[in-house]
Amino acid sequence: MTFEPTLVWAIVLLPLLGFVVNGVVALAAPERKIVPTIVGPAVIAISFAIALVNFFGMLRTGPETAVIVPGYTWIPSGSLQVEASLQLDQLSMLMTLIITGVGFLIHLYSVGYMHADKGYARYFAYINLFVFFMLLLVLGSSFPLMFVGWEGVGLCSYLLIGFWYTGKVNADAGKKAFIVNRIGDFGFIVAMLMIFANTGSLSFQSVFAAAPSAFTYGGAVVTAITLFLFLGATGKSAQIPLYVWLPDAMAGPTPVSALIHAATMVTAGVYMVARTGVLFALAPVSMIVVAGIGALTALFAATIGLAQYDIKKVLAYSTVSQLGYMFVGVGVGAYSAGIFHLMTHAFFKALLFLGSGAVIHAMHEALHHTHRDWDAQDMRNMGGLRRYLPITFVTMWVGTLAIAGVWPFAGFFSKDEIIWQVAARAVGPFRGWFTLYWVMALVAALLTAFYMTRLMIMTFHGKSRLPDEERHHLHEVPWVMYVPLVLLAVLSVLGGWINVPAAIGRMPVLGWVPHAEWLHHWLEPVTAAAERIQAANLPALSETAPFGGGEALWALVSFAIAVATIVIASAVISRVEYRPALESAAPAGFRRVLFRKWYVDEIYDALVVRPVIRASRWLWRWIDQGLIDGVLVNGAARLSRMVGWFGSRLQTGQINTYAFAVVLGVIFLFLFVFPRLF
Amino acid sequence: MLTLSLVLAAILFAIGVLGVVIRRNAIILFMCVELMLNAANLAFIALSRAVGIEGQVFVFFVISVAAAEAAVGLAIIISIFRHIETVDIKNFNLLRW
Repeated sequence: MTFEPTLVWAIVLLPLLGFVVNGVVALAAPERKIVPTIVGPAVIAISFAIALVNFFGMLRTGPETAVIVPGYTWIPSGSLQVEASLQLDQLSMLMTLIITGVGFLIHLYSVGYMHADKGYARYFAYINLFVFFMLLLVLGSSFPLMFVGWEGVGLCSYLLIGFWYTGKVNADAGKKAFIVNRIGDFGFIVAMLMIFANTGSLSFQSVFAAAPSAFTYGGAVVTAITLFLFLGATGKSAQIPLYVWLPDAMAGPTPVSALIHAATMVTAGVYMVARTGVLFALAPVSMIVVAGIGALTALFAATIGLAQYDIKKVLAYSTVSQLGYMFVGVGVGAYSAGIFHLMTHAFFKALLFLGSGAVIHAMHEALHHTHRDWDAQDMRNMGGLRRYLPITFVTMWVGTLAIAGVWPFAGFFSKDEIIWQVAARAVGPFRGWFTLYWVMALVAALLTAFYMTRLMIMTFHGKSRLPDEERHHLHEVPWVMYVPLVLLAVLSVLGGWINVPAAIGRMPVLGWVPHAEWLHHWLEPVTAAAERIQAANLPALSETAPFGGGEALWALVSFAIAVATIVIASAVISRVEYRPALESAAPAGFRRVLFRKWYVDEIYDALVVRPVIRASRWLWRWIDQGLIDGVLVNGAARLSRMVGWFGSRLQTGQINTYAFAVVLGVIFLFLFVFPRLF
Repeated sequence: MLTLSLVLAAILFAIGVLGVVIRRNAIILFMCVELMLNAANLAFIALSRAVGIEGQVFVFFVISVAAAEAAVGLAIIISIFRHIETVDIKNFNLLRW
């Protein structure tokens, strides 16, 4: 039985239709809210429904190769032929389900969150456009088409970070995201050109088919290509050294943070590495770099998350950290583990962001009533909110337990899978490096549990630090906002069970599932080629971790670490006496270093931003104004005017002068020219 | 004899050139041009004795061209004189910067 795709183009184009409709409303009648309320979420819902139809079709038939849905020839240029066609396989199917499914819930939530906003229609136009580009990114069948989506989501991210563009901070954050991403995009383009030069094609299928013969294992060319691709990924997916834009991107509306800067867009880099797994498998040096940057980012961002007071900043650094985990997964060659964490992270991080959005929404309304000038996002102003926001409180604890990696929540399975895969793959040439990454990942897991517990305690537990007048105005959010929270909480519990590791699946209560490693098997048609290359060039996977112990033991250890950290952290932090933000002293000592994010922004400012500005100013003043405008443009004009002036002096208008010139000419001819001619 | 004739032609031609370069009166200028043309005629005649009859044929051409030139030139001078009431070429200076 062969798999017949259904209306795949409609999945992509429906959100574009939503963008057009909402865009027209935003331009023509921005105060109208009925059309965006219906059209905005509806197009995503229909896309999701079509995606589900395809998913079940795929589930039934289990196609072994990707299905290409033809469109038209986009770039017919000699040997460069780029088709605008879609590629539906297990990986892009899964991504499509995440994007449209989580995307729909966030659209629904936005109806409540953005309802009072003046730019309501504009918001839905942008976010629909974002979903269109994101779907194009994951469904495109070639590098250029992926790049169109890649740039498009960057554009939408820029537009939505600066959504409240009247605030300079927001506009600056949008610019920062856009400019930092340009650096990454440069890497993507270079990699794309190198791929074309070496394989003569840009469509995924022919590149990956040609790759094993076109490149030597561990060769310089494939290493360079993959490192440039990874540079693109560090920009889009916020890894060291290009992660700095993501925390600032929290200036956008919170549902945007949930959809774009947590669940979908920032995972594009992970998706891209998984998609081009064949190339990365051929370049062991790149694998070490990718996993290393991932591990370093996971640890580094987690330390910053420990000391932030802004609830969204904590979640932003947590996202950077979790993206690091995903890169560890895809970097060591465990593509299904990386994608698995991508999926569960989409669930629980979207949940946490939407939960924080609910908290901010409630805080903002309460502070708005009394016009008190307090920061609605600062956790020092919160405390004790569990009495006022019970549904948000419960669902956010679900998200926290999931991200901390507590059984039976989703994060336990996905994070543990990555940590185990690093340990199991620490063999042969990777032994030293991957052992180090494994330890870093374990430490980062501990920090994750700590900062998330701190967030929950500071926000929901203890006594409220809001004054009495505001406390009366705290309410739970409306149903359009908490229904997505509940659904995402359910997914955060159940999502992990689709890929229970075989070792745990054999254990009595812990792995009580009918079908272990389902996701891994589901993705096999996509990852098989890369795994064949690894199997041919590397020793077999290790059965034990570097310091002994099997998968099940280390799963229990990481579970124990997570639970112990949560228990100890809640005991410690409950005892801390927090004061409202305006009455608190600035953090001191090492806490201050963490609060100021290791001064990375200041360092970048001094090392990159200011020298660039200085150099630009110099180029402007001396090269542009001085050399080009002064010497070349105006200089040429001045020179020709001068020559013209001298020439015009010769034209006296006196016949004698001309006659004299003729005579001189004749004499010249007779003396110097004619003697040579004759 | 030939040498003397050519020297005379050269002297006449030089006087004509000098006149064109230094004199200001348009009529004088014209006469100097005629002087140069006739110096050339004299050279043609003198050389035709030594070389052949073609020189005298050229002289007729030169005379007819000189007559045509004198007619056109004098007409121009008269027309200019009617405008600015002088034939001093110092005042004929419209064609300059």
